[in-house]
Amino acid sequence: MKATTVSRGKGGGPDMSAAARLRATRWYQQPRWRRLAALLGTALLGAQVTGREGSSSDIFLALKENTTGTGMWIWLGGALLVWVLREFVSEQLAAGWAGVREGARAGASGPLGRGRELWRSLPWVRVAALTALAVFLVLLPLLVTRHWQQVLVDQIGIYVLLVIGLNVVVGWAGMLDLGFIAFFAIGAYSAAYWTGSLPVEPPVVLNNFLVIPVAVVTCLVAGVLLGAPTLRLRGDYLAIVTLGFHEMVYLAARNWRDTTGGTSGASVDRFEIDLGFWSYRWGLDPVPYYWLLLVVIALLIFLFLRLEHSRVGRAWTAIREDEVAAAATGVDTVRFKLLAFAIGASTSGVAGVIYASKLGFINSELFVLLFSILVLSYVIFGGMGSIPGVLLGAAILIWLPEAMRDQVPAQDRFMYLGALLVVMMIYRPQGLLPSRRRRRELEMAEEGAGGADSLGTSEGRRV
Amino acid sequence: MTTEMAGRAVAVDGHVLEVSGVTLRFGGLTSLDRVDLRMRRGEVLAVIGPNGAGKTSLFNSLTGAYVPQEGRIRFRPGRGGEHELRGRKPFRVSRLGLARTFQNIRLFGALTALENVKIAVETRQKTDPVSIMLGLPHARRAERESDRRAHEVMRFVGLGHRLNELASSLSYGEQRRLEIARALATEPELLLLDEPAAGTNPTEKRDLEELIRRINAELSVSVLLIEHDMRLVMSVADRVMVLNFGRKIAEGTPGEVQRDPAVIEAYLGSSSAEDTAVVTGMLSGRGGAGAGDEGEERA
Ligand SMILES: Nc1ncnc2c1ncn2[C@@H]1O[C@H](COP(=O)(O)OP(=O)(O)OP(=O)(O)O)[C@@H](O)[C@H]1O
Ligand SMILES: [Mg+2]
Repeated sequence: MKATTVSRGKGGGPDMSAAARLRATRWYQQPRWRRLAALLGTALLGAQVTGREGSSSDIFLALKENTTGTGMWIWLGGALLVWVLREFVSEQLAAGWAGVREGARAGASGPLGRGRELWRSLPWVRVAALTALAVFLVLLPLLVTRHWQQVLVDQIGIYVLLVIGLNVVVGWAGMLDLGFIAFFAIGAYSAAYWTGSLPVEPPVVLNNFLVIPVAVVTCLVAGVLLGAPTLRLRGDYLAIVTLGFHEMVYLAARNWRDTTGGTSGASVDRFEIDLGFWSYRWGLDPVPYYWLLLVVIALLIFLFLRLEHSRVGRAWTAIREDEVAAAATGVDTVRFKLLAFAIGASTSGVAGVIYASKLGFINSELFVLLFSILVLSYVIFGGMGSIPGVLLGAAILIWLPEAMRDQVPAQDRFMYLGALLVVMMIYRPQGLLPSRRRRRELEMAEEGAGGADSLGTSEGRRV
Repeated sequence: MTTEMAGRAVAVDGHVLEVSGVTLRFGGLTSLDRVDLRMRRGEVLAVIGPNGAGKTSLFNSLTGAYVPQEGRIRFRPGRGGEHELRGRKPFRVSRLGLARTFQNIRLFGALTALENVKIAVETRQKTDPVSIMLGLPHARRAERESDRRAHEVMRFVGLGHRLNELASSLSYGEQRRLEIARALATEPELLLLDEPAAGTNPTEKRDLEELIRRINAELSVSVLLIEHDMRLVMSVADRVMVLNFGRKIAEGTPGEVQRDPAVIEAYLGSSSAEDTAVVTGMLSGRGGAGAGDEGEERA
């Protein structure tokens, strides 16, 4: 059914018909109050979590301290400020912005329009901008401290690889995967096994680089084995299955101690190239790993972008939007979903190999469920289905807690992250830089025409 | 009418579709009750009946969306062979050469009109993802081919000027056409149209009539048509089949069906003399816009 147009009138004039008056929303029924309530609720929670810790002798101590101190008022004030800015101020800004956009579209001048025109029409502008970005990225680790170099490699680099892979599954094929880190673990343990670092001996010991294709194949097979029986399920069931799969892999790694090393772990050899005339060993310095990751990431982005704008990417969009119509048009939905799942799994596996080979050590606790959730939240925060979006999302959400490291107590950092995610989901559910297709789907879903999220949509409708 | 001289169709004669004893139940509700249907190659067969008669259920059973509990559905493509469609997966049915449109339009709204059609063309291609990622020549060629073919189909249905519009931003009539284009892009032998005229204006209806004729004559596609607009049915259909409460109550040429007392009663619930006159007028497409034009609700 088409969504009934909700009149935003303030109560309704005397000439309104009775039906119209019944249908009209009152001022207190407007969604903005719901959003305010959600924000204030988050703020209260934030005040409690980041405030004083409790004590076992006086169980209400923390509650008392945190509701009388200034902390709570700062949180509430912040929430109110965000709300006022978004509900009242940004409307004007948005109107101005839309004006600029219209101008740009009409071909009129205006700084933005001209910039976009240049970008489109002149290939050398594009080349120059991309070259500048590439040079910046290559030189970036040389400009920062050792601590940030570690963050760039161990966290941002690895997670960027992961979000690129998860984006294929969630953003493009529209399946909710809560067990993505399971494949990461499989990749990491493959690296440990094939380099001869686990208690069990491999048939042949391989170089870390040679483990990458082996891990890709292993994860492909694992992805297909898991996916083939389950991808017929609707999105929410699939999420539970992947969650269960993650726990299985994690518990196997943890409890199968003679084989995996369990929680005490195993040390892994680092990357090494030996071409006879030239050889190189990656050591403790993070910068060479950074460059290695940069190459892998750039390569994957290049390949995946091609996929997005091909028959495969279009088939994924079709499945995501309306599985019934896609199947009726002849799209083999199960096969394409399986493909997305396998591609995501093997990307995760590659990340696992690199991670293990960089750390030089793995144990089961590096693969807990939290990381699966974090990868998913980076993808959603950045903008599902858009590669620049998910890259930015991962970079920002990893950078932020690190940057807050010295300002706030370590255990509170995730509360701030959570609050940020809540605000984001209230005001910008499509993410920072959403893909065009995804944004349109979300708009259509709001108008009530079709579903946009990856939680199986079309199934419930009658054909 | 044009159907007699359909090119490819006359090469192989006989029936393109043979449905026998198809029964579909939902719990206690029988929405198709031992339906028989034979469709000659190259003909336009219309299915009419009051709301809830089971017309869409019949389409869903033919295309694999629903699996009827009993009966046989045999499809004989022009290249030979015979296929049982009952219980076959929808995408396999589509690959055999059966395409459909939906009563409540189901386009891929966030994609452009052209992309909607390209998806259909590309279901017939076999390029693997690895050659696509590597940009191999045959993958590029397939992409160009799908583009060319999609343009061709879009021009055929008269949407050549709307290629890059979002599917959801097209007018209602254009969306119905786009659904037909998407179905045609799979190169079907049998096209199932579920109320293609619902919600369109008189000009669009006339264009649609013309389009159905051209699909039938120029592309030699057999057409199974559900439609409430009687004027359209009477002008394009070679034969008409009438469903009521899941049962076939009449079948014949448009003229025969119009005079059939069972049909008149089905549309009316009684058969007094002056009511009969009204319904006969309606069925012949003269009075009113046709029965049950309200059947176009969108899900
Ligand atoms: N998925 C389903 N579940 C339960 N009942 C169904 C389902 N699909 C159809 N029906 C029932 O089957 C009967 C026939 O429905 P169908 O949609 O085939 O009618 P129709 O002839 O296409 O009507 P209309 O002209 O309104 O489109 C109806 O009573 C309907 O409620
Ligand atoms: Mg129907």
